[in-house]
Amino acid sequence: MERSVHDRGGWPDDAPIDRSEHELADWELLIDALVGALGSHRLMNVDELRRGIESMPPDQYERASYYERWLFSIEANMTEKGVLAPGELDTRIGG
Amino acid sequence: MTYHPGQRVRVADRAHDGHHRTPGYVKGKTGTVERAYASFTNPETRAYGDDGLPQQPLYLVGFAQRDVWPDYPGASRDRIYLDLFEHWLEDAE
Repeated sequence: MERSVHDRGGWPDDAPIDRSEHELADWELLIDALVGALGSHRLMNVDELRRGIESMPPDQYERASYYERWLFSIEANMTEKGVLAPGELDTRIGG
Repeated sequence: MTYHPGQRVRVADRAHDGHHRTPGYVKGKTGTVERAYASFTNPETRAYGDDGLPQQPLYLVGFAQRDVWPDYPGASRDRIYLDLFEHWLEDAE
């Protein structure tokens, strides 16, 4: 049965698991806080967050870090709901 | 709650196009109900903006590691526990 990129328990992999810890960067703390705020305003629940992560293109999923995946999902969910216009974040960042 | 602690259950071996919380490695495997928690809103519909109703019964199901991983090298008593919704379970007794 075909499994999605996130559903990887038991996938054969010769690479050792990276168990190293790292300090969270400011932007990672902000992403975490943003998900909390979106939840308390009923704009996005944890299942929508997960669904957004799981719907990432597999190559992007593989390259992205933990909170980069959260950011991808936030943007996808907020665009779906019309809170963000398509491409709005890119425009603001680039402008 | 349809199932009770001690009952043998099999996890449905089916694909699901969309968010669900039943990992592929446990589909088709048989385990034992350890605990019948309660009913909760359904993440499979909540993930798409729905209210998740009707609530679905949730269970703690234990599996022998050797039943889940064919090449499991550890002790035969080792177990793995998952929270699984009732609509993913089938009676295996």
